[in-house]
Amino acid sequence: MRSRRSASRAVDLSADASQVLSAAGARRATVIRPRGASPWDRLFDLFRYRDLLILLAVRDLKVRYKQTVLGAAWAVLQPLVTMVVLHVFFGQVLGVAERVGSAAYPVFLYAGLAPWMLFAAATTATSGSLVNEAGLLRKVYFPRLVLPIAALGAPLVDYLIASVVLFGLMAWFGVAATWQVALLPIAVVSVLIAVVGMGVTLAGLTVRFRDVRHVVPFLVQTLFFLTPVIYPVTILPTQWRWLIQLNPMAGTIEACRGAILGTPIDYAGWGLSTTVGALLCVVGVAWFIRAERRFADIV
Amino acid sequence: MPQPAIQVEGLSKRYRLGGMRSIDQTLREAIHDKVEALWRKVRKPARDENDQTLWALRDVSFDVAEGEVVGIVGRNGAGKSTLLKLLSRITDPTQGQATIFGRVGSLLEVGTGFHPELTGRENIYLNGTILGMTRAEVRDKFDAIVDFAEIERFLDTPVKRYSSGMFVRLAFAVAAHLEPEVLLVDEVLAVGDASFQSKCLGKMGDVARDGRTILFVSHNMAAIRQMCPRSVWIDDGRLCMDGPSEQVVDAYLNHTMRRGEAGHGAVFETDPSKPFQVKQVEVVDEHGRPAPTLNCDQPVTVSIHATVRRPVHGLYGYLQVFRNDGHCVLESDSFDAGANPLDALPVGEHRLDVTFPPRVLGHGGYQVYLNFGSSMNDGGFDVDTPGVCCQFQLSDTRTARGDGRRGVLSTILPWRVAQATQAKAA
Repeated sequence: MRSRRSASRAVDLSADASQVLSAAGARRATVIRPRGASPWDRLFDLFRYRDLLILLAVRDLKVRYKQTVLGAAWAVLQPLVTMVVLHVFFGQVLGVAERVGSAAYPVFLYAGLAPWMLFAAATTATSGSLVNEAGLLRKVYFPRLVLPIAALGAPLVDYLIASVVLFGLMAWFGVAATWQVALLPIAVVSVLIAVVGMGVTLAGLTVRFRDVRHVVPFLVQTLFFLTPVIYPVTILPTQWRWLIQLNPMAGTIEACRGAILGTPIDYAGWGLSTTVGALLCVVGVAWFIRAERRFADIV
Repeated sequence: MPQPAIQVEGLSKRYRLGGMRSIDQTLREAIHDKVEALWRKVRKPARDENDQTLWALRDVSFDVAEGEVVGIVGRNGAGKSTLLKLLSRITDPTQGQATIFGRVGSLLEVGTGFHPELTGRENIYLNGTILGMTRAEVRDKFDAIVDFAEIERFLDTPVKRYSSGMFVRLAFAVAAHLEPEVLLVDEVLAVGDASFQSKCLGKMGDVARDGRTILFVSHNMAAIRQMCPRSVWIDDGRLCMDGPSEQVVDAYLNHTMRRGEAGHGAVFETDPSKPFQVKQVEVVDEHGRPAPTLNCDQPVTVSIHATVRRPVHGLYGYLQVFRNDGHCVLESDSFDAGANPLDALPVGEHRLDVTFPPRVLGHGGYQVYLNFGSSMNDGGFDVDTPGVCCQFQLSDTRTARGDGRRGVLSTILPWRVAQATQAKAA
């Protein structure tokens, strides 16, 4: 391949960074060459473009309820209605409610549904984030990671609203919070790690393969049943639980729910799911950073 | 000795034609391609890869000193835009390297990233950060941007309610206040009305006088001559000429005139990704016959064959006619005459004819620039840019002075004589 020869020429450059201070006048020098900037520079660039990240997330929030009648009430209605439907079909008709244990099934459901919807909405939003902004990709430079990460903003705000509703439900059904609520932020972070891993990977893949667009709804739907949202993980035989906990959402959503309801938390399962999620995140982001320089050419 | 601002050394960019085709590539096709490539390798290991790749830019080297304003000229598809894309880090080069000293601002398109639902105010902040400013920097320049764009009253109106002129003014205003040390500009001045265009040129002149470095791609030879003391001509991905703009522009225009074969028209390769695409452009006479040279007494028609694959809302076209010395003689928007016939043109093949009446343009050589865009297009403003795609020659055979007549118009003025009535004695 011809590009090999050029790569050797680029190596002549002593500094590996794309941005070095020139000896002449302390002006920042940007070096443009075949293999591009180092991964660390690209991550640092993400920090330099933090204002863009914030404004893109704010844009999504502002635009999403434009010309709707109910506006932000949708953020409350969606999980609530889903919860009622699932409660009637799974809880009452199929009798899952009886196998849940102490807590009222609606609260149990909602406590799992809130982080699940965060995952589902964020995965859908991030995976399409690059292709939806193809015009930007082709015409402006910025660290491409900005787009999938900014797409997390709106689902996160929805999650916060859903959480407020959750505490209202707990009061209604007389479920008291315990000290374990303190673990909730950590549990949510473990959910977010998996979300970033999944979203960034899918976003990059969508640029190359539009198939991913069709895969995502299917993937989210399948994972819904492979994640203990409508049922507790204790419904499964002990020796097989690890299998479902390889799903990065399984242990983390159970942990979210345990933290809220004050029920025992399966720390091993949480750890396993988080590890898988973190691996996905590291591999996904590393691949994305390597692949992003080609996005403008193929999107 | 001024310090360098841009150093370009052997910069090259190769596109895999397969990669360009992959706009809608699916997983199945990718696997199929991979298997096919492997099979080919097995059968014919030393296959020449040239027929599958395209060098959009080949071994281009030049230096630009701090404070220089350099024009880049060349045909459409010559590699000018690829050069700017590489320098603005949108895509990586295949070979070679470039070093840019100082903060880079690039303006490849006016209004990239504007969101129609957001207000002018919100879009100023969003677009400013997209172009690389921080929120604090946008805040500092906010008033200047609003002043420049003259949209004060509409600051809190969603930009989807803006007229296209307001939209372009706002978009350019944000970009103009970017104040980078190195500014890369691609043909953005071809938008907006004439007074706004001259305002934009003036702003760029200010930027240049501040000692900033500018690389300016344009088909507007008059603007290049006016703005840039030095120009670089790129043809077929290679650097053809680098020197004083007067010489480079003359050489370039001479070359395009001599290219005869493109002469009175151009045919474009099919690009299925474009919702609207010009397939063929030619200059024809009043009988619809292709005619590279015409008489001032004949109407001149630029006949455009276009395909609509998906209707584009808000689509409009504009055509500019340049004299060979680079002066823009006339600009015509498809909505000038009232309703815009191109807006949401239905799917199918269409012929668009733009006709200059006889006895308007003066004798001499002309070039026609064409562009089609829509601010409502989701892939960016430009829908299809045929660029400078045809030329024609007019000669004046009726008047006594003929081609020696001075001036830019060929209009025949009647000289009426009437008996002057004697003023009554006071």
